[in-house]
Amino acid sequence: MAIHVIKENCKGCSLCIKACPFEAIDLVDKIAVINEKCTVCNTCVAACPFDAIYTDEKAAPTNDLSAYTGVWVYAEQRAGKLVNVALELIGEGRRLAREIGSDTKVWAVIVGDNIEGLSQECFEYGADGVYVIESPLLARFTTDGYTKVLTDLITEKKPEIVLVGATHIGRDLAPRVAARLNTGLTADCTRLDVKVSSYIDYADKYTTQDTSDLDPVSEDKGLKQTRPAFGGNLMATIITPNTRPQMSTVRPGVMTRRERNVGATGETVKVVPALTADDIHVTVVDVVKSAKDLVSLTDADIIVAGGRGLGGADGFKLIKELADKVGGVSGSSRAAVDAGWIDHAYQVGQTGTTVKPKIYFACGISGAIQHLAGMQSSEFIIAINKDPDAPIFEVADYGIVGDLYKVIPEIIAEWDNAEVLYEATLDRSKE
Amino acid sequence: MAFKIIVCAKQVPDTNEIKIDPVKKTLIREGVPSILNHDDANALEEALKIKDKWPDTHITVVTMGPPQAKDMLIECLAMGADEAVLASDRALGGSDTWATSNALYAAIKKIGDYDLIFAGRQAIDGDTAQVGPQIAEKLGLPQVTYVTEFEIADDKKSITVKRALEDGYELIQLQTPCMLTTIKELNTPRYMSVGGIFDAVKKDIAVWGAADLGVDTEKEVGLDASPTKVYRSFTPAPKGKGEILEGDTENDIVKTMLVGLKSKHVI
Repeated sequence: MAIHVIKENCKGCSLCIKACPFEAIDLVDKIAVINEKCTVCNTCVAACPFDAIYTDEKAAPTNDLSAYTGVWVYAEQRAGKLVNVALELIGEGRRLAREIGSDTKVWAVIVGDNIEGLSQECFEYGADGVYVIESPLLARFTTDGYTKVLTDLITEKKPEIVLVGATHIGRDLAPRVAARLNTGLTADCTRLDVKVSSYIDYADKYTTQDTSDLDPVSEDKGLKQTRPAFGGNLMATIITPNTRPQMSTVRPGVMTRRERNVGATGETVKVVPALTADDIHVTVVDVVKSAKDLVSLTDADIIVAGGRGLGGADGFKLIKELADKVGGVSGSSRAAVDAGWIDHAYQVGQTGTTVKPKIYFACGISGAIQHLAGMQSSEFIIAINKDPDAPIFEVADYGIVGDLYKVIPEIIAEWDNAEVLYEATLDRSKE
Repeated sequence: MAFKIIVCAKQVPDTNEIKIDPVKKTLIREGVPSILNHDDANALEEALKIKDKWPDTHITVVTMGPPQAKDMLIECLAMGADEAVLASDRALGGSDTWATSNALYAAIKKIGDYDLIFAGRQAIDGDTAQVGPQIAEKLGLPQVTYVTEFEIADDKKSITVKRALEDGYELIQLQTPCMLTTIKELNTPRYMSVGGIFDAVKKDIAVWGAADLGVDTEKEVGLDASPTKVYRSFTPAPKGKGEILEGDTENDIVKTMLVGLKSKHVI
């Protein structure tokens, strides 16, 4: 699989070089030459007006992959509680399983000690079955211990897909498991599809790509894993054609959990792990919950985020005041974190937290691509910025061009009057 | 015996400087500088702090990339690293994280002895955070990711680190040799010194191709060997532009906003 240039057709126009996201094309003697940075993303093929660039046939799968069935979700627990992304992934895993086939199952895998009680919650959020791997040696997360028990079970049971939440723990564990299994892993996915038709629906609705070359009735049921790259400037859909399982880590907060079906049941399989103390080479001395305000950006219905336009750390007092007024939480852009005005835990964006609250207030945030990548799926965006040309206004539902230090106090003052103000406009329109 | 540290680093485009061409929907990369990846600068700094304490510490920086990644290695040498290795070969191009970790594993094996390996948590162009743990897996080393505090005992063996979690941290003890991946909270990277720059340009940088690394270019490295492939790549669709609220005073604008939010059932 590689990109080729037909020298006779190439005019040296360099359009492909401008289109290439990877700087993988050079102009040598006025002919495009593909260099080693090429990832065969095919962007240049579409960009060439002279049909001078083509991709050779994709290699057909060579491994026998038919032995692998079912979708697994690593249901991360901390101190005996399932993390939110685990429940989101059980819902997503179920959707994918049913896309593969009506009898394809989604299994949650819980690892820890004395955690069997969590299986009920997994069933209620959509799991068909639960593997419970328990041992006193697994009481706290260790890369060594968890990698071993998870890899052993995958090797034995052969799932087709393994999904892991892209938490600090998931991003530590999943690469280690994938490397031991010698399979592919796609990081921080924000969209997953199995059927080509589902992928086309997604692509047509949310992306700029031309999907006319994709076959909606294709038999292809490989996992299409879409993720942001280059700080959200570029999206890539990744496949794992020749190895199994297909593994993804998925950003917390992007998938939707199913409505809880209280009392749902399923099959529980207890696994006795082959694990000894000698397998674990680190000692977790302590796990400390941070004393700082617990920021739960992913759960918040309303987020009030501040950026460089605040002018200083003190500005976050006003942000907090508005957040308290509207029943939301404070957030921040990367610029404000980098300036040292607020802790990284508050950062929304590609390298921070991805959020999709009901309302997102962007105050003094210009809207760098990497920030937009983390918040543009919010249901309603209100941007306040002095600069009418700030990119944040491109994604905002409501834009207010003005001084946030004058606008925010007005919002705080008038917020509780919204109902009255609205009623008043109705009365006026009746007259 | 000298303490030996290997630092894994990557040259990346400064993604903060990348903009999208609003008409063509493609990346504008002209004039975007290539830099030492941020988290990797923290990895190197932590190694340099150990060298500050024990001056006979030997630091080797290793990277995989195109020939121009040498510029970044010179920067690392100028900051104070002793030696630099560039794994560079057309056959390594298009490697995903699994294949990249194979190449860097081979390079580290060829470098030889080490007590400690530092890598940045993730690179800003890919944001995967996978290569560090995957190298550790291949070397059979214990790992700690997201390291925010680091301490090594005088026996040069026992290490205590803090590992950041979303809502706190873990305190972890382990022994050398091991792999630690670093984040920016760990330290503030130093600048290159004038003397360092002067020395750096005189140092040789080893450039190793696939044959030097002894990697199988069919099965271990490069595009075809990589288990993941790019199916499509594209730019995200911008959300439709909304409404700019107008009014004579801030109070008028805010009232308009609140009425609008009510009528749209947002609040």
